[in-house]
Amino acid sequence: MNDLLITLLLILVKLGLIFGVVLGMAAYLVLAERKILGRMQLRYGPNRVGPGGMIQPMCDVIKLITKEDFIPDRADKWVFLFAPGLTALTALLSFAVVPFAPPLHLFGREIPMVVCDLNVGVLYIFGLSSLAVYGVVLGGWASNSKYSLIGAVRSMAQLISYELALGLALVPVIMTAKSFSLTEIVMSQADWPNLLRHPLAFIIFMIAVAAESKRTPFDMPEAENEIVGGFHTEYSGMRFGLFFVGEYISLIVIGAMTTVFFLGGWHGPFLPPVVWFVMKVLFVAFLFIWARGSMPRPRYDQLMHFGWKVLLPLGLVNVVITGAVLVALNG
Amino acid sequence: MNLWRDIKGTFQPFWITLGYLFKKPVTIQYPEEKRIPPPRYRARIVLTRDPDGNERCVACHLCSAACPVDCISMQAAEDEHGRRYAAWFRLNFSRCIFCGLCTEACPTMAIQTTPDYEICNRNILKLVHEKEDLLVDGCGKDETYNFYEHSGIGVVNERGGNEDEYGPVDPKSLMP
Repeated sequence: MNDLLITLLLILVKLGLIFGVVLGMAAYLVLAERKILGRMQLRYGPNRVGPGGMIQPMCDVIKLITKEDFIPDRADKWVFLFAPGLTALTALLSFAVVPFAPPLHLFGREIPMVVCDLNVGVLYIFGLSSLAVYGVVLGGWASNSKYSLIGAVRSMAQLISYELALGLALVPVIMTAKSFSLTEIVMSQADWPNLLRHPLAFIIFMIAVAAESKRTPFDMPEAENEIVGGFHTEYSGMRFGLFFVGEYISLIVIGAMTTVFFLGGWHGPFLPPVVWFVMKVLFVAFLFIWARGSMPRPRYDQLMHFGWKVLLPLGLVNVVITGAVLVALNG
Repeated sequence: MNLWRDIKGTFQPFWITLGYLFKKPVTIQYPEEKRIPPPRYRARIVLTRDPDGNERCVACHLCSAACPVDCISMQAAEDEHGRRYAAWFRLNFSRCIFCGLCTEACPTMAIQTTPDYEICNRNILKLVHEKEDLLVDGCGKDETYNFYEHSGIGVVNERGGNEDEYGPVDPKSLMP
C-alpha cells in the first residue's frame, strides 16, 4: 500500500469519525438543551421515551422524516429545497479545520488530529460563517412569506454587523499566535489560555458569536412571538430538521471555536487531550444553553446599536491595546 | 449608576436559573403521580341516593333547564305512591362543560359533582352516561338530607307530617 493511499484512508476515517460524532452530539445537544432548560424552569423536560428520555432524538428524527414535506404555493421551489442543506453543510464544513488533539505518532508516521490543517483556518471559518447566512436568506426569500422575509433580512443585517466584532475579537489572538492556523493558535496557548491573556476579546467574542449563531439573546431572525418562526416559518418535515440540526451543529462549532481560540484547545492536566477538548466544547455549549434560559431577547434596534456602537469600538480599542502591549514586551 | 444596574441585571438572572437547575421540579408526573383534587372539585357528575337508599331524583327537569349546553335529558314517571322518578336519565359527558349549574339547580341534592376527573374515552358514545351509570350508592355531599322529609306533599308522609311542618290550619279558628 503506498503512502498516498494511507493518507487518503486516514482522512476518510477522520471524516467519518467527525461526521458521526458531530451529528450524534448535535442530536443529543437538542435533548440536553430541552432537559436543562426544563430544569431551569422547574420542569423535567422530555423524560418519557426510553430511560430518562434518552431515545427522544431518534423519535424526533422519525417524526421529522415521516412528516409531509410541504412547499408553499408560489415559493421559489429549487431555492426553497436547497437552502436548508446549505445551512447544515456550512456548519459541518467548519469542522474540517478544527484540531481536537495533538498530532498522533503511530507506526512512525505523524497523524494530525485535524481533517485539514489549513494555514488560513481562521479565514476559512469566517468564510463559511458568512456563507451560512445564505442558507437563511435564501430560505427566507424562497418561502414567499412576509415573516420568512423579515426573518431573513434581520438575520442578514445581524450577521453582517456582528461578523465585524467577531473578526476584531480574534485579531489579538492571531497577533499573539502569529498564525492563522488553528493548530498554531492552540500550540501558542500551551502555558496559559487566551482567556486570561485577552479577557476583553473573549467577552466580545462570546457575544458576537451568540449573535452570529442566532442563539437566544440574539434570536431576532426566528423570534417566535413576533414573526412566527422567522426564516423557517414555511419549512416542515426534515427540511425544518436540517435547519434545526444546522443550528445545533453550529453550536458545537462555536464551542470548538471558543475552545480553540480562548480556552486552550486540547491543553489540560491529567486527562487525555481529546477528553479535555470535548469537555470544553460541551461547557461552552452549556454556557449558551444557560444564556438561553436566563436572558430575554433585546429589541432589534438595541441589537444593532449594541453591535455597531459598543462591540465594534471595544474591539478596535482592544486591538490597539494588544498591539501596544506586544510592542512594549518585544522591545 | 445606570451601567452598574444594567450589568447587575444581566448577570443576576444567570444565578437564579442556576439555582433553579438544582431544585426539584414542580411537575406532577401524571400517569404515575396523580394529584388529589379538593372535595368540591367539579368533575364526573353522579346521581345520589337519600339516607334510606332511595333515589333522590324527582325528575323535575330543573337540571336540564339550567344546563347551558343541554347535555342532560330525562323522562319523568310516577310510581303507585305518587313518588316521581326518572324513567331514564341521560347525561352526555362529551358535551358537559362541568360548570356545576345542574347541582345548584337541583332541589333534592340528587345530582352532584365528584372529584373523579379521569373520564376520557376514545369512544365518544361511552361518554353518554345512562341512569345506571350515573346512579351511585350513597348520599354524596350531604349525609342526612332527605327531600321527602321536608317536602313533597302527602307522598311519603301524611300531609303536614314532615319534620319541619305542621298540620293544615283550620281557617275558621283564625277568626279575630
